[in-house]
Amino acid sequence: MMLNGAEDEEKWLAEGIAGIQHNAFYMHRALDSNNLREALKYSAQMLSELRTSKLSPHKYYDLYMRAFDELRKLEIFFKDEGKHGVSVVDLYELVQHAGNILPRLYLLCTVGSVYIKSKEAPAKEVLKDLVEMCRGVQHPLRGLFLRSYLAQVSRDKLPDIGSEYEGDADTVMDAVEFVLQNFTEMNKLWVRMQHQGPGRLREKREKERNELRDLVGKNLHVLSQIEGVDLEMYKETVLPRVLEQVVNCKDDLSQYYLMDCIIQVFPDEYHLQTLETLLGACPQLQPTVDIKTVLSRLMDRLSNYAASSADVLPEFLQVEAFAKLSNAIGKVIEAQVDMPAVGAITLYVSLLTFTLRVHPDRLDYVDLVLGACVKKLSSIPKLDDSRATKQVVALLSAPLEKYNDIVTALTLSNYPRVMDHLDNGTNKVMAMVIIQSIMKNNTCISTVDKVEVLFELIKGLIKDTDGADVDELDEEDFKDEQNAVARLIHMLYNNEPEEMLKIICTVRKHTMAGGPKRLPFTVPSLVFSALRLIRQLQGQEGDIVGEEVPATPKKIFQLLNQIIEDLSNVPSPELALRLSLQCAEAANDCDLEHVAYEFFTQAFVLYEEEIADSKAQVTAIHLIIGTLQRMNVFGVENRDTLTHKATGYSARLLKKPDQCRAVYACSHLFWVDDQDGIKDGERVLLCLKRALRIANAAQQMANVARGSSGPVTLFVEILNKYLYFFEKGNQQITGAAIQGLIELINTEKQNDSATPDSASDAFLASTMRYIQFQRQKGGIMGR
Amino acid sequence: MNFLIGAFKPACNISITFSDGKSRKQENGQTVMVPLFQSQENIAGKISIEPFQGKKIEHNGVKVELLGQIEMYFDRGNFYDFTSLVRELDVPGDIYERKTYPFEFSTVEMPYETYNGVNVRLRYVLKVTVSRNYGGSIVEYQDFMVRNYSPAPSINNSIKMEVGIEDCLHIEFEYNKSKYHLKDVIIGKIYFLLVRIKIKNMDLEIRRRESTGSGANTHVETETLAKFELMDGAPVRGESIPIRLFLSPYELTPTHRNINNKFSVKYYLNLVLVDEEDRRYFKQQEITIYRLQDS
Repeated sequence: MMLNGAEDEEKWLAEGIAGIQHNAFYMHRALDSNNLREALKYSAQMLSELRTSKLSPHKYYDLYMRAFDELRKLEIFFKDEGKHGVSVVDLYELVQHAGNILPRLYLLCTVGSVYIKSKEAPAKEVLKDLVEMCRGVQHPLRGLFLRSYLAQVSRDKLPDIGSEYEGDADTVMDAVEFVLQNFTEMNKLWVRMQHQGPGRLREKREKERNELRDLVGKNLHVLSQIEGVDLEMYKETVLPRVLEQVVNCKDDLSQYYLMDCIIQVFPDEYHLQTLETLLGACPQLQPTVDIKTVLSRLMDRLSNYAASSADVLPEFLQVEAFAKLSNAIGKVIEAQVDMPAVGAITLYVSLLTFTLRVHPDRLDYVDLVLGACVKKLSSIPKLDDSRATKQVVALLSAPLEKYNDIVTALTLSNYPRVMDHLDNGTNKVMAMVIIQSIMKNNTCISTVDKVEVLFELIKGLIKDTDGADVDELDEEDFKDEQNAVARLIHMLYNNEPEEMLKIICTVRKHTMAGGPKRLPFTVPSLVFSALRLIRQLQGQEGDIVGEEVPATPKKIFQLLNQIIEDLSNVPSPELALRLSLQCAEAANDCDLEHVAYEFFTQAFVLYEEEIADSKAQVTAIHLIIGTLQRMNVFGVENRDTLTHKATGYSARLLKKPDQCRAVYACSHLFWVDDQDGIKDGERVLLCLKRALRIANAAQQMANVARGSSGPVTLFVEILNKYLYFFEKGNQQITGAAIQGLIELINTEKQNDSATPDSASDAFLASTMRYIQFQRQKGGIMGR
Repeated sequence: MNFLIGAFKPACNISITFSDGKSRKQENGQTVMVPLFQSQENIAGKISIEPFQGKKIEHNGVKVELLGQIEMYFDRGNFYDFTSLVRELDVPGDIYERKTYPFEFSTVEMPYETYNGVNVRLRYVLKVTVSRNYGGSIVEYQDFMVRNYSPAPSINNSIKMEVGIEDCLHIEFEYNKSKYHLKDVIIGKIYFLLVRIKIKNMDLEIRRRESTGSGANTHVETETLAKFELMDGAPVRGESIPIRLFLSPYELTPTHRNINNKFSVKYYLNLVLVDEEDRRYFKQQEITIYRLQDS
């Protein structure tokens, strides 16, 4: 039975290692006894183990490393002429007598290294010979390792500037030439590897091949380490030659890796000065090469370089880095028809990042990038690739993050056009990003134009988009979004009333299209924004009266009236009612009686017609009472009408305790604690008495219904009202009346059916303490 | 027994010494070291004949011959002398005690080199004969070797050739010379113009072709003296593979062309490509090997 592949390989590797160890043993013996002949014989036999074709690159590497270690020992022996008695020149010939090429070349490289060190021949001659002779090994794997060995032993012996092996003029060129040639040959071998063996194992082979890439890339690293490779040489020789090889090899794996290698190993400054050449190669690469990653890395590097020091920025301008990059990206996208949208957009994101870092002052560049992206996006159907969408979001977020200022983004004409290409969900996400940016930076949007653009950007949040699937909406997300919009409205502000009014009108125009679900969130912000303007106008009153002035409180109130009406149609009566009252209060402060009356009317109508829920009614009536109490603009007639209505509604509440509380609250409507406020003690008393009656009735009802009377809380509350008005000097409230009420409470408490309640007891106790205290103080409370 | 042995013992001991025997370069003639000469040299020395104790040698004359012989192995023992020089050393008479004869062959023409091949041998020998009427003549041989040196050829073109199998393999190869001396190095290149077969490796072989006899009796023997791997793995179109082969490690002789109509020794470079199915594709080119005077 056959062994499976992996086991086979293990076996072969073990055999290979054993072969190396066996021959190495005899080689060591020969070295110890200074026997050159034997040393050569056994080292050649040892190296013959590397002739195997049975091992995967990984295993072969293992074998190679073992041979490599042994060769180090051999090299030390070769160095010592005293031991073997043969000059290095003769040795160089002697090792070439070996019949098998692979051992021969390994030995030749080893002696070559010694030869260079001996300086008996110029380093360049030896290197040239070695790199040329290595052509004999055309087997990809064996050739790669052999040349890798050559690169390894020659690394410290290149005739570089400042090196001890530097010869006459221009030897750096020889060093470069040597490395370039070795690189070219290695890459050829590496590329060729994919064609080895049966087609069905291609995937595995490519994986193995990828493991070997650093052997090739190492050469580029060596090149970058050569002192003598200055910008000039890099530009004239190194880069063109490397790129030529990269382009000509027509292999995607290699092209991708090597482009990345070039970008990573050579200095930023070189890249900047050779951008055109480097970028020129990109469209010539295979269509399957992941150029976007390559270019992205390049731009990242350049961006970091630009960020590293302000001194280098002029260089970027001088070489027109942006134009070149932009141009190159355009060409790559054009050349690679099959590139998925995500690829193209990623490229634009990188370019944008680059632009923002290098040319933060050039908004036109940013807009250009966005424009190019729009062009690309228009050529493809609606994005459905989530990765592509993500990239678009990144593209749009980048300027916001950079400038920390949405206003800048609003001047980018292509910005909204890019957003149009997002799907609804992402569009919303992006809109949220924009709003959050505004919030975070406290950016004030102060012109109508910008507000228009902004609303265009976030329109996904403002209204339902066509074809949006409503079922998908997450209630919580929706709330978050709308709250964000509401917050945003407050950021739209201009000190100039006229402009501010325009802003408000614009906001209204947009928000009113939002539909019943959105209005409750957005309208309050809008209303309060308008009210703020009113207050502002009110503050500078005097200068701005007259019809020709566009922004008058009156006009704004008209606007508000419509807004609230729209809101009540939604319907959202409770909110509309609250806002009406707010407006009424503002109108009051502006001394506009009719307007205030109108808002109250609106509030009452809402109360009557729309608010049916008893709890809501209680809240509403208390709001109405509270607001009405503060009104001072009304004439007697209007006021009477309104207070009458309010008390009437109070008495008609459903639950007795609610009735009671509303009625005693109404008492305040007749007693405004202002200098010229209304002070109608009689009607106050009437209200309180009525409240007391209702409280009694409530108690009795409780007795009948549940067999026990409720707590005395209501009475204590009324007692507090009595005390309040008493202290305020209402003549109608007498000490006797208070005393009577206290007795009444005590009787109620002693009633066997009374339910003991700690809260109301405590309330009563503290009220009593208060009376006691005031009595001791004397004064008005002193009886 | 001793008596018996004594009866068949040669009657005398003959020794040949060369006049410059101590200083002359020696060359390993397979098993024994023998003196080395080249054409046009004087070959001189002494021959001493020493009868065994108390014996006298009665002879019809003593002579020394210088022979150049070709021996075919299929005709072993039958020598063909292409050179034969004789010096009479002594008139008939008796030798009682050790007697020494100086001899000299001056500026001897020895056009051919000593050669030890598979089927043929060319040798030079000094033959001393003490002729006797009875008991047979007493003969002693002394081998010596001849090597002839050539100057570097004035015309030495490179060998350049394009060969191939249609739509399969097309190569062009080049060897830097057509004539190499024994310690020379072959430099060259192989260009692959078209490769459609899966080549496993490529070797350069040095082959010696020894042909003996003539006409219908010609016998050819080919030996591969060197097998030198030039390339490992399969090249692609456009590759060029270097050749550098040092000849010194191999036991080559100069090329011999039609030596006395008896034999020829020729050398060939054989370029062999082996594919993955172990099929061999080869092209053989003759090269001339000559002996260059050591400087």
